[in-house]
Formats: sequence, structure tokens, C-alpha cells
Amino acid sequence: MTTSTVTAVTLDTAGVRGRPWWSIPPRWRNPIGIAGLVIVVLTIVVAIFAPVIAPYDPDAQDNTRLLSPSAANLMGTDELGRDTFSRIVFGARVSLQVGVISVLIALVIGATLGITAGYVGGTMDSLLMRFTDVLFAFPGLVLAIVISGLLGASRTNAMIAIGIVYAPAFARVIRGSVLSVMSEPYVESGRVIGATGPRLVQQYLLPNILAPLIVMATVYLSSAILSEAALSFLGLGTQPPEPSWGGMLNLARTYMEISPWMAIFPGLAIMIVVLGFNFLGDGLRDVLDPRLRER
Amino acid sequence: MALYVARRLLMLIPTLVGMSLLIFLMLRLLPGDIVDILAGPDPQTTSAARDQLREAMGLNEPLPVQYLQWLGALLTGDPGDSLRSGIPVAELLANSLPITVQLAFMATLIATVVAIPLGIVSAVRRDTGLDFLARIGGLIGLSLPNFWLATLALLVTSKVFGWVPSTRYISPFDDLSGNLLQMILPATALAVQLMAIEMRMTRTTMLEVLNQDYIRTARAKGLRNRLVVYRHALRNALIPVITVVGFQLGALLGTSAIVEVIFGLNGVGNTLLQAIFNRDYPLVQAATLYLATIFVLINLAVDVLYAYLDPRIKQA
Repeated sequence: MTTSTVTAVTLDTAGVRGRPWWSIPPRWRNPIGIAGLVIVVLTIVVAIFAPVIAPYDPDAQDNTRLLSPSAANLMGTDELGRDTFSRIVFGARVSLQVGVISVLIALVIGATLGITAGYVGGTMDSLLMRFTDVLFAFPGLVLAIVISGLLGASRTNAMIAIGIVYAPAFARVIRGSVLSVMSEPYVESGRVIGATGPRLVQQYLLPNILAPLIVMATVYLSSAILSEAALSFLGLGTQPPEPSWGGMLNLARTYMEISPWMAIFPGLAIMIVVLGFNFLGDGLRDVLDPRLRER
Repeated sequence: MALYVARRLLMLIPTLVGMSLLIFLMLRLLPGDIVDILAGPDPQTTSAARDQLREAMGLNEPLPVQYLQWLGALLTGDPGDSLRSGIPVAELLANSLPITVQLAFMATLIATVVAIPLGIVSAVRRDTGLDFLARIGGLIGLSLPNFWLATLALLVTSKVFGWVPSTRYISPFDDLSGNLLQMILPATALAVQLMAIEMRMTRTTMLEVLNQDYIRTARAKGLRNRLVVYRHALRNALIPVITVVGFQLGALLGTSAIVEVIFGLNGVGNTLLQAIFNRDYPLVQAATLYLATIFVLINLAVDVLYAYLDPRIKQA
């Protein structure tokens, strides 16, 4: 008895005094996740302060054309004499905007379908799930190409296309989580104390399916950024002269024999940002998924 | 097993009907009159000519009739002619499909040969430097845009070797080495992301299996590590990996579009893209539906294989 009390006290002081109050709790110490967080935060900072960071106007054609990197033009210039570094800095805005908005579109469609299917059940459930099956039955990029191509090549339509393509995945995961949470005793107790419909969803369902959703959204953010770059590369996303990394790479193909730099930096930018989100997603999964933590 | 396959095939029908309906409606519900788009803004096209075009395309029929006519034409293997070139759509697709299929299979092969051994080693030597490197490498592989890789590959070969692969497809039956030489770069560019996915999946499932009780039993009865890993663990760990490989193989049919464009290969993806830009709707519809059908069939084959390998699935 005495021994156990002593142990508890010792553990407690170790917990409190062993590390300062501002330090990261052990389960959040995840080098890959933190590296990802740093990259993501840096990208957000670059996107917000783009006009301050970029040395030139991204559309100004006042430099000599197809220059190699130099002190004046860190990443060289493109075929119209625009500064590549400035265009990449502004391109961060496009990438983040597309990533966030298309994942939000997917999340809203997916949550509506998934919660309705899981919560209402029955015929509604099988009807909605058959519909998501049909959307799932297309190879992702083909569906994105067809939707954005038919709606007309623009960034808005690319975001809609990517959102629709990712929606079924969210719908399935959300429906699955709703079904498993619905059978939990605390949801039942919620029902017993009289919570109905929206309140049950809001107070009992949503908070409990949030963790898998956050991980999923982070991972899909990286895919969405890649998809937008791919669509813009194919001429179906952001249209010139707006600076998007995929579009810049597409233009670079024509000039890469003379100026390989044009093909290198936009791709590098895409890779680093996507890597950041993938690292973050990987880290979040380790931290938020209790099943993996035990191992 | 036969019953399972039959049931899955039956379940495929509503999916295929749904897919075709979706493709059909997507093009019909498009903003604007399809005839205006096809005839172009040319003022010389008289309204009589427009009506003629409308009549010829069967656009005066009610929507359900149009749908059935279109579906009937597709099922008989004659989805009409390309609006742009006048060449039968079936012929265009028959010429481009082998390129896409070869690219997808080659990429899957390259990815699997590299990824699965790496995934096993990473799991067996968990938390070593090698594992860490493999995990980071996997995440980097996931983040590499394949269109960038393909562009760089083309850049390097043309700069260093002064050589670029031919854009005219060389059939492997005419000239195998020429065909492989032409396809190896695009297939590798396509393979990198899949490699990362497969590696991560192998590692995860391997770790899961290595934690199972029967592995402890195998070790407890004194089996050598090599035998435990390859005979007992790997077999079970690979089952979910096979699913992922199969699913990704189908997805590659779509992703290969980008690589086809970069290498100027005339595959289905490239054909679909050109058709979209040309507003060549019969070709868009047929190419999309055929690609999606192959995708669904591959997924079905994977599911059946999965059920065969893991008998627990069938009961579910």
C-alpha cells in the first residue's frame, strides 16, 4: 500500500517537474510530423506574405527572357521575362487555395452523403452508397479530367472537379465512422436523455468522428494540390497568365532545352509542399490514431 | 467460389448502368446547346443546317430514348465516328488502348519488384536507420509529381544522351527491344508513386502480421527468423498488398494520361484529353466509359483474387 503511494507520487513529480509546462507532450513528439508542420506553416506564411516576399511583380515582363538563376533572379526568368521566383511565391497561393477549397467541397459533399446514409440507414443508405460506388468506379484522374474539361478549363472548375472526385472517399469513411459511433453506449445515452436528429449528430456524432476526418483531410490536401497541378499541367486547371506551379511546368516543356531551370523549380515547389502535407498527415495519424499508438 | 464470382458479376450490372447514365447525363446537362458547340460560332451555319445536325445526332428524341440508343450503339461495339477526324471511335480506341495497358502493367511490375522487398526489410528491421530511410523515401515518393519526373526524365535523356524516345508507338510484337526502350522511361515515371504506396502498405501489413500470436508460436517452436518471415508472415501480409496493387493498376489507366501527353504517346488518356479539348463528345463518352469499365473489371478481379486467397472474405 505504502509502496504504491510512493510510486504514484514519484511518477507525478516526474510528470510535472520533469519537463517545463511549455514543452511538447511526449505523444506529440513526432519528428516527421513536426517537419511536415514546419513546411506547411512556412508555405502558408509564403502565401500570405507573397507580395512582401516576391522581389518582382509576378506578371511583370521587364526582365531578360529565359535567364539562368542569378542574384537578381533567384530562379531565373521565363519565356516572357517574368521572374520565376516571384511566380513560384505567388503560386503558393493558388496551390493552397485549391487544396483547401477542393478538400472542403469533398468534405461537405462527403459528410452530407455519409452522415445521411449512416444516420438514416435503410433504403436511403443503400441508394446513397450505390451512388458513391458509381463515382468510385471511375479512375480518379479520368473523372477529374472529364468534369473540369466539360465545365470549361478554369481554376474554379478544377476545384469543383477535384472536390467531386474525392467526395465518395469521404462519404464512405464518414458513413463507416457514423455507423460505429451510433452503436456506442454514449450515443444511446444521448438518445435516452432526449437528444434527437441534428443535436445528436452535432453533439455526439461529429466530435467522435473528427480525428479520422482530420487525418484524412490532411492527406487529401496533398493529393488535391497534386491533382490541381496535374490538371493545370494538362491545361485544364488554372489558366495563364496566373502563376500556378502545374501551369508553369507545362510551359517549361517548350523551353526546357534552352532553359532547364524553368522545369526544375515549379516541380520542386510542388514536391516540397505535398511532402509537407504528407509528413503532417503521417505524424497526425501516429498521434491521433490510438490503435497505432499502442504498438 | 463460383457462386461468389457470379454474385459479384451480377452486382456489377447496376454499377455499369449507373456509370453509363452518369456519363450520358454529364454531357447532356452541360450548359449551352451541344449543337451550338459542335457547329461553332460560325454565322454561316444556317439554322437549317443546325436542325439537320440535331436530327442526325438523334437530339430530337426524348432523353431516355437517346440514352438507350447510345447504350445500344456502345454495346454493339460501334459508338459512332469521331466528330473531329471522322474515324470510327472504336478504331481510335483499339489503337490507343494497348499503349495505355502496357504502360500500366509495366509500371505496376517495376513498382512491385522494388517496393515489396523494401517494405519487408523496412518492417523486419523496424526502427533502424534503414527503416527510417525507407519511410522517408516512401513519403518523398508519394509527393513526387509524376509529370515532373517524366519531364525531368525527358530533359535528362535529351541533354545527356541527345536521345528522346520515339512518339510513334512501336508494337512489342514487331520490335520488342525498341518497344521496351520506348516505354521504360514513361513506365518508370509512372511507377514511382505506386512504388511508395506499395512499400508503405507492405511495411504496415508486415508489422501487423509480425505482431500476431501465430508468429510468436512459430518463433517459440524454434524456427529460424528467415523461415518465420517468409513462410509464415509474408504470405498473410501480402494479401492486402495485392488488393492495393490491383486497385492502383486500374488507377494507372487514368494517371498514365499525363505521362502519355509528355512522351507524346497516343494512349487512351491522351486520346481522351484531345477529345475533350476538341469537344469531340462521342469520343469523350466512349473513352471514359471504356476506361471506367476496365477499371471496374480489374477491381472485380482483385476482389475475387482476394476472396480466393483469404477465405474469410467470402463469408462477409
